[in-house]
Amino acid sequence: MGRDLAARLLARDRAAVAPALNLVDDHRPEARREATAVLAALEEKVLFGGARRIGLTGAPGAGKSTLLDALVRRLRSHDQTLGVVAVDPSSQRTGGALLGDRMRVRSGAADPGVFIRSMAARERLGGLAEAARASVTILAAAFDVVLVETVGVGQSEGEVADLVDTLVYVAQPGAGDLVQFMKAGILELPDVVVVNKADLGLLAERTANELKAGFGLGERNGAWEPPVVLVSARDGTGLDELETALQGHLESLTAEGLQTRRRRGRDASVRKSLERRYGSHGLTVWGGQAKLAARLADERDPSGFALTETLGREIEAALRTTETSP
Amino acid sequence: MNDATRPERDRPWVFRTYSGHSSAEASNALYRSNLAKGQTGLSVAFDLPTQTGYDSDHPLARGEVGKVGVPVGHIDDMEVLFREIPLDQMNTSMTINATAAWLLALYVATAERQGVAADQLRGTTQNDLIKEYLSRGTYVFPPEPSMRLISDMVAHSVNAIPKWNPVNICSYHLQEAGATPVQEIAYAMANAIAVLDAVKARDDVPDDVLPEVFARISFFLNAGIRFVEEICKGRAMTELWDELGRDRYGVTDPKLRRFRYGVQVNSLGLTEAQPENNVIRIVLEALGVTFSKKARCRALQLPAWNEALGLPRPWDQQWSLRIQQILAYETDLLEYPDLLDGSHVVEAKVEELKKAAQEELDRVLAMGGAVAAVENAYMKQRLVESHTARLRAIESGELPIVGVNSYTETEPSPLVGDDDASILKVDDAAEREQIERLNAFRAKRNDADVKAALQGLHDALSNGENVMPPSVRAAHAGVTGGEWADTLRKLFGEYRAPTGVVAREAQVADEANQQVRARVVACGEKLGRPLKILVGKPGLDGHSNGAEQIAVKARDVGMEVVYDGIRLTPGEIVQSAQDEGVHVIGLSILSGSHLVLVLDVLEGMNKVGLEIPMVIGGIIPEEDAKTLREAGVKRVYTPKDFDLTRIMGEVVDVVLASAGVG
Ligand code: B12
Ligand SMILES: Nc1nc2c(ncn2[C@@H]2O[C@H](COP(=O)(O)OP(=O)(O)OP(=O)(O)O)[C@@H](O)[C@H]2O)c(=O)[nH]1
Ligand SMILES: [Mg+2]
Repeated sequence: MGRDLAARLLARDRAAVAPALNLVDDHRPEARREATAVLAALEEKVLFGGARRIGLTGAPGAGKSTLLDALVRRLRSHDQTLGVVAVDPSSQRTGGALLGDRMRVRSGAADPGVFIRSMAARERLGGLAEAARASVTILAAAFDVVLVETVGVGQSEGEVADLVDTLVYVAQPGAGDLVQFMKAGILELPDVVVVNKADLGLLAERTANELKAGFGLGERNGAWEPPVVLVSARDGTGLDELETALQGHLESLTAEGLQTRRRRGRDASVRKSLERRYGSHGLTVWGGQAKLAARLADERDPSGFALTETLGREIEAALRTTETSP
Repeated sequence: MNDATRPERDRPWVFRTYSGHSSAEASNALYRSNLAKGQTGLSVAFDLPTQTGYDSDHPLARGEVGKVGVPVGHIDDMEVLFREIPLDQMNTSMTINATAAWLLALYVATAERQGVAADQLRGTTQNDLIKEYLSRGTYVFPPEPSMRLISDMVAHSVNAIPKWNPVNICSYHLQEAGATPVQEIAYAMANAIAVLDAVKARDDVPDDVLPEVFARISFFLNAGIRFVEEICKGRAMTELWDELGRDRYGVTDPKLRRFRYGVQVNSLGLTEAQPENNVIRIVLEALGVTFSKKARCRALQLPAWNEALGLPRPWDQQWSLRIQQILAYETDLLEYPDLLDGSHVVEAKVEELKKAAQEELDRVLAMGGAVAAVENAYMKQRLVESHTARLRAIESGELPIVGVNSYTETEPSPLVGDDDASILKVDDAAEREQIERLNAFRAKRNDADVKAALQGLHDALSNGENVMPPSVRAAHAGVTGGEWADTLRKLFGEYRAPTGVVAREAQVADEANQQVRARVVACGEKLGRPLKILVGKPGLDGHSNGAEQIAVKARDVGMEVVYDGIRLTPGEIVQSAQDEGVHVIGLSILSGSHLVLVLDVLEGMNKVGLEIPMVIGGIIPEEDAKTLREAGVKRVYTPKDFDLTRIMGEVVDVVLASAGVG
């Protein structure tokens, strides 16, 4: 079924998307194997191709969902199909989680051109980043654009940045986001900064000016400076500018830059997965970061999911050897 | 005693019955018979399409036309509704909010056709959108344009319809959504302040008119079964309002600072089990809001004994009207001055409520006032929390409800037959007939006039002019409610309010809960991923309490819950269930359109080959429950199923059975 599911997704069969997402979330061993097969097959095709991926991150209540909704409607009006992953924080104690409450604006009748999956950021078997990455990979095969919403100020942006081509940071007027970014030392992460709720007036403008100054200080390679766009997700102000900014960032990346970025994301996820599963001890026993870097650079293995499995087996073997020797 | 020997009595409050159904014609007949029985004012219940601005033939109106109220789509409907009811002598209360300006326009136009000038009209448009976002659910536009429409109506009525209450600040619905007395007081005051500040900020309302405006603001309160506290609540609000008028708005004339309010007594506490007990509850609550002369309601409407079963029939409503008449005419209640003045106990309680309410009010004002506290979900979250606490107390038995969680032994009630005959059933033909009338109306009107009137409305609104005059013109020209509302939707956009259900899980330590939680986890192990449930509210129904509390409970027993709030289409629900990969769908429907909506969802699932078990809850008569079970619904819950922990356990059973992993 694994290959078959991958083929259906690549043929953009919408009905295959939900089962595929369910599969990669399934922790039973036989499902894990199948999921890896699907993901490996997909990533071969979509690592450097597939949908364009945009992340929306920002503090709780900044208006990410409302903005997402506005973007969805815009992109739909250009006839683009969309896959959306929204990650919600989940309760620690029970794993119970309240998802949703993101349909902030009536989108009208059900639209098969939009697919929304929400995920709880629970203690997942594979960690959140890995689960989100699997979902993005699936959606990237079946839709034109993938949007990822996550909550965060200065903590999880790095993980989202690894998942997407363009990271949009959504700030709200007067919220002091900049300080958080400086503290976390990640001024260079956002590709586009949105100050939402522009309809609130002066305060929004002031915040935009602050952020302009602040994010200008980020260390970046390349010429791209993150534009700060004043937007009102509610009344639609600034959405044209936002679209231009998104397009601008995509163009500034160029095809080569995009490849580099996606590869970097893939590498980071392989590294993190292995570290999480085997610890730095496991990696060292096997050959260490240098060996890992070499293997990541090897062009024959485009799929990060497959590579993680292969390297995982090697590390396990290495660990067994050390354990049996006196 | 004959009248000559009776001591002098106060004039009674206005007796009302909240009613309307099927068609303008049928509702007109009902109103006239109610008036003949001694009712002294009218209270119009509109159907949900009318309340949310859709014509009867709109897809979203399917199954809802004439169900829970009267459909009024255009001037002809309004004329029929008030046929042979002279509007210069009537006091009419209209429960209408997002489309209040439109219904008032139709009312004014109808009066004009009856030869009654607008300045003769007496009555109330509810027109309180803040509580719609918080509880009632028939909002359409975002908060900002909603506040503008409200203040337009206030500014207009102060001059043109001076005896009209253009807005009725409601705390009634907050209690129905779980509010404590303190929350009811605080949020009602915050709401009134938002309205008054909006009016005050207008250029067309001079400062010296503000005291008149203040005096035109009336309230709509709830009265629960803890009737002593409720009496104190009424007194506390009376005092707070007086102080607010004096201190914040500089109203010097005490007469203009009188707290005027109508009441509908509590319905949330009326039970499906042993429904005859509800009459006793209603009597006590009615006594509460009339007992203290200082804080006596101006108008009263009572629910009926069969509230939790379905819509009341004329006889059920008559029984409730008789409660009011006995209270006002047989008892000696109206012969005395205030009965509580001088009571230290009451005074202390009033002080306590005022103090706590003032603190909560200050909190809301500090975050920017009621509108801000709607948008950031603060108030809604507090209400959902209070309701959760209430349901937990009922479940644990800490809060006794006679016939529900205590004293459940009962003889069969002669009031309830086996055949569901003890409620009003709206004929399914009502919708079809209403659409036929609508089409006939559209055919006979002058299209050029309609177009010009809509253009006029659009232009006036975009120029910042008052909504009322162009709406009255549109009413005369033959515009329909759907056309009026669409014009505003295009200008203002639409809104979805926060659900108030938060991701944060509450601490529930009781054992039953722990057990279900363990079963949920085990179920997730078997399924391969955590049990995921979609809680859905299809249709125009705004009753969100049940869905919210089911969502909260599901979260607290460890499920992943997708809940996107009210007013989704069956198509949206099917797509969401599929995309989200849920293991079970739970629908909640209380507005009576469950047959159409549930079957639509099932059909939609069938079409895409989605095989997920479904459970439902709400006001579902047994006969319909049977039909729905036959159609494939796994479980049907009604208000008598107060044990949420047990419900969750059964949801796990349903999922396990359907997945074949039980
Ligand atoms: C509270 C209430 C309101 C509140 C709602 C507040 C809110 N945000 O929910 C307010 C005051 C706003 C309101 C307004 C109206 N109401 Co009302 N309301 C009620 C009332 C009194 C209680 C409902 C309630 O919340 N109960 C508490 C919750 C927790 O219980 P519940 O929803 O029944 O849920 C339980 C079970 O049913 C089950 N369950 C429910 N859903 C689900 C879902 C799943 C998945 C599962 C597993 C279980 C489950 O589990 C719950 C636990 O016990 C009922 C009468 C009654 N006593 O039942 C009338 C009632 C539902 N309302 C009614 C009407 C007509 C209206 C209006 C439409 C009137 C009008 N014409 O304007 C308005 C408009 C509302 C709208 N926008 O749709 C009618 C409906 C008639 C019908 N079905 O034929 C009723 C029955 C009253 C009556 N007899 O006339 N209402
Ligand atoms: N005034 C104004 N309010 C907005 C705007 N965008 C969103 N909001 C409001 O801000 C609140 C939060 O919006 P959401 O879209 O849910 O924010 P979010 O960032 O997705 O929130 P979380 O997912 O909970 O972190 C809601 O009340 C929105 O109505 C805007 O452009 N202007
Ligand atoms: Mg969000």
